Amino acid sequence: MQGRGTAVRLPADIDTDLIIAGRYLRTKDRSIWATHVLEDLDPALAPRLKGAVIVAGKNFGCGSSREQAALALREAGVVAVIAPSFARIFFRNAINIGLPLIESDLACEEGSPVIFDLSGGWVDTGGERHTIRPLSPRMQEILRAGGLVEYWRAQR
Amino acid sequence: MQHYPRYTPKTDPAGATGELGMSTLSERILGATAGEYVDRKVDRAYAHDGTGVLALEAWKEMGGDRLGEETGYYIQFDHIAPANNGTTATLQHELRDFARSSFMQFSDVGCGICHQLMGEGVVLPGEIVVGADSHSVTLGAFGAFATGVGATDMAAIWLTGETWFRVPESVGIHLAGRFTGAAEAKDLALAYVAKLGMDGATYQALEFVGEGVRHLSMDERLVLSNLSVEAGAKAGLFYADDVTVRYLKEHGHEVSCQQASPCSYRQELDLDLADIVPLVAIPHRVDTVRPVDILAGLPLDQVFVGTCTNGRYSDLARFARMVRGRKVAVRTIVVPASGLVLEKAIRTGVLADIVGAGCTIGTPGCGPCLGYHMGVLGEGEVCLSTANRNFRNRMGVGGEIYLGSVATAAASALQGEIASPEAG
Repeated sequence: MQGRGTAVRLPADIDTDLIIAGRYLRTKDRSIWATHVLEDLDPALAPRLKGAVIVAGKNFGCGSSREQAALALREAGVVAVIAPSFARIFFRNAINIGLPLIESDLACEEGSPVIFDLSGGWVDTGGERHTIRPLSPRMQEILRAGGLVEYWRAQR
Repeated sequence: MQHYPRYTPKTDPAGATGELGMSTLSERILGATAGEYVDRKVDRAYAHDGTGVLALEAWKEMGGDRLGEETGYYIQFDHIAPANNGTTATLQHELRDFARSSFMQFSDVGCGICHQLMGEGVVLPGEIVVGADSHSVTLGAFGAFATGVGATDMAAIWLTGETWFRVPESVGIHLAGRFTGAAEAKDLALAYVAKLGMDGATYQALEFVGEGVRHLSMDERLVLSNLSVEAGAKAGLFYADDVTVRYLKEHGHEVSCQQASPCSYRQELDLDLADIVPLVAIPHRVDTVRPVDILAGLPLDQVFVGTCTNGRYSDLARFARMVRGRKVAVRTIVVPASGLVLEKAIRTGVLADIVGAGCTIGTPGCGPCLGYHMGVLGEGEVCLSTANRNFRNRMGVGGEIYLGSVATAAASALQGEIASPEAG
């Protein structure tokens, strides 16, 4: 699985309340999540997430189990999230909806191009290649299927 | 009130009588060694009105048409219950229909918080319990492996009765001594989260052990397990002992104790309960904690007592003892964790004391904790809450949340500012 995007840097401990606030959760209109994603951190951020690879600090996605957080990032056009560590529920949620996550503490400049290959186990930032820890075989299968819904639909 | 008669749990849970070896309780219940990936049948799976809506959508997309019968499935309405507007009501209407037309055990508006309901004699030692909510870790207090997932994982459990786990490494939290003064389980919970940090136990399980455990009631253990996710933990477990056995007997279950065996922990933390003082977590991190004394005098706009952390009967009774015959100096919202808690508080006069002191009562459930209804904060308002999260804007845009114990909430409500429960 390969992908590419532009680095958008975020700090450590971004919680899921911050990614999508509770006041936007109860809706069937998913475009609302894309519009308001990370609004309480920076109201001008959402439009910049189209084609972005988020490069964040540790413990990304901590707090509430709300899957809308992962969906909001995906709907806003985020290609992947790179962080030294993820909160475990967010980790499962993101893979389950087909949003690639990469555990790595690589450093890179805001706006620099990021290319990654999950099967190959590397990320390239501004010409520098980093080796990454592979996802578990099951998570790779789910991601390859496009998410857990597609994974189970194909199994049945 | 809703009880759960249908599902008969397995009679010999692995964690109760399973192989003793050099294993943590998580390893014994999951039947594998830390680091291994396993597929396991889930004994009990539950979701609430928030995550249930998305789970139902995903389950239908997966091709789900009927639920299996081996797993106990539950849906509880607690997050925005009763519904705050037409959109929420419509979403809940669909989920309610689904729950009622399937094998689900359904708890409607007013029954209470999902974790509390699962803890009122439902979850048993040695079980594998998965909830579509991060605070599902609460049920680890019963010696069960209880963890949270998101909506799509829950949908897959509805589809197959199973899910995958990475067996976690464990953090040993060794407790000694007994509480002194006004310190309570919530202060101890804030103390360990502060020591571990918000991600100090990510991908790991906490195990609460040591001689200090036997002095802790079930309600106190539930508080300690509840906050384990605030340190990033996957679960927070206690071995079932006499206290657990007695509690579950009162709820109609005969269970055995789980014998702790020597095992290796990835991290260890020693805490003496006698050293714990009343603490407050300041905005906007649960791991940023100060002694209440330092913050005394900080003006408050609201006090909130309730949630899956501190909305149980013993919490309401403790609060009532402190405010009885006096008047609160700030708006104070008390939300019982369940209908049974409310019923008992009415029967024993605890509720009359609370209302008599000028507090108001909300429908049993999550209350304003997630910032949707029943006590949302305005810009610049400050709240002392007994909940478990004080993230930026969580209870309302521009509101500030300080987290503390029930005793600290009572002392602060009477003063209208943060006050130490030991000052009076």
